Amino acid sequence: MYDAMIAETVTITGHDGDAIEAYSARPLTPGPVGGVVVIHHMPGYDDSTKEIARNFAFHGYNVIMPNLYWREAPGASSDDAAATARAQGGVPDDRLVGDVAGAMAYLKGLSNANGKVATIGYCSGGRQSFLAGVSLDLDAAVDCYGAFVAGPAREGTTMVPIVDKTPSLSCPLLGLFGADDQYPSPEHVGLLEDALKAAGKTYEFHSYEGAGHAFFSVNRPAYRVEAANDGWQRIFAFYGKYLSA
Amino acid sequence: MCTYLTEKVEISGSGKGATGWISVTDASVYLDHPVHAPFGHSLNIDFLAPELGPSARVAVELSQESARALAKAIEAVLESAPPGLE
Repeated sequence: MYDAMIAETVTITGHDGDAIEAYSARPLTPGPVGGVVVIHHMPGYDDSTKEIARNFAFHGYNVIMPNLYWREAPGASSDDAAATARAQGGVPDDRLVGDVAGAMAYLKGLSNANGKVATIGYCSGGRQSFLAGVSLDLDAAVDCYGAFVAGPAREGTTMVPIVDKTPSLSCPLLGLFGADDQYPSPEHVGLLEDALKAAGKTYEFHSYEGAGHAFFSVNRPAYRVEAANDGWQRIFAFYGKYLSA
Repeated sequence: MCTYLTEKVEISGSGKGATGWISVTDASVYLDHPVHAPFGHSLNIDFLAPELGPSARVAVELSQESARALAKAIEAVLESAPPGLE
């Protein structure tokens, strides 16, 4: 099997026509292959999330990960950029949608693209993946423990609940959660599931016992190997189903 | 979770960052995911010089227990200092 890939920093056109930095990882095959927009977690556009992007490329998907903090901190290290963006309350929802739309356009413009695009996001990116799903025409979306989709808002931030937008969800949703997580708690996840059922949407949720927030993070104490391994399998099965040509 | 719980305070002093000493004018104190410390959440303090850009930052990530101990130590030192020092 030919498995060469290229991974590199590129510039894409994001919200409001802004040129923003992004990380691209793509298999060097003629395709056609599906595309994945990786939405990084609150700690930023960092090495570990770039590793996730490369893993999707290794599995045969074109991947783009926009640097959501580029405007606040162009050229800064990922931790300094995250601190700056965090102090400003996070990424505005409309800007996130515009940046994901730009990322989708980048993926659809690749010569080996099959035209199908999914999102995946972790932590704050989980909520943003759902936000993209209710705002843009996607083929699949994955929400990994995104808080503030349902439940109370976090004052002083951009983190307002968006569960009321569920009827607008454009694609099947895969949700992966830790049963020990408090944000989102099992109650918050239940509220989202109720909304998905009420709207007649296609979804698949898995909540892992013994896992809390950020269980996919291999470089953090929150890492839970069994949950993460099963989660990766669920993601690839989901994308295999909805991103195939 | 990403708490976004933050206290901001104006400060006056200096800190030593990646490029040397800088005059810091602002601090952010927050409880959230650390970048490096081996905890799910930590008490983080950023000493900042915003006019120099996002990279002008002296950062610490502390366990919640050690952050409380640090806060007490700061108060204790200031309380016991001889009067009149500037």
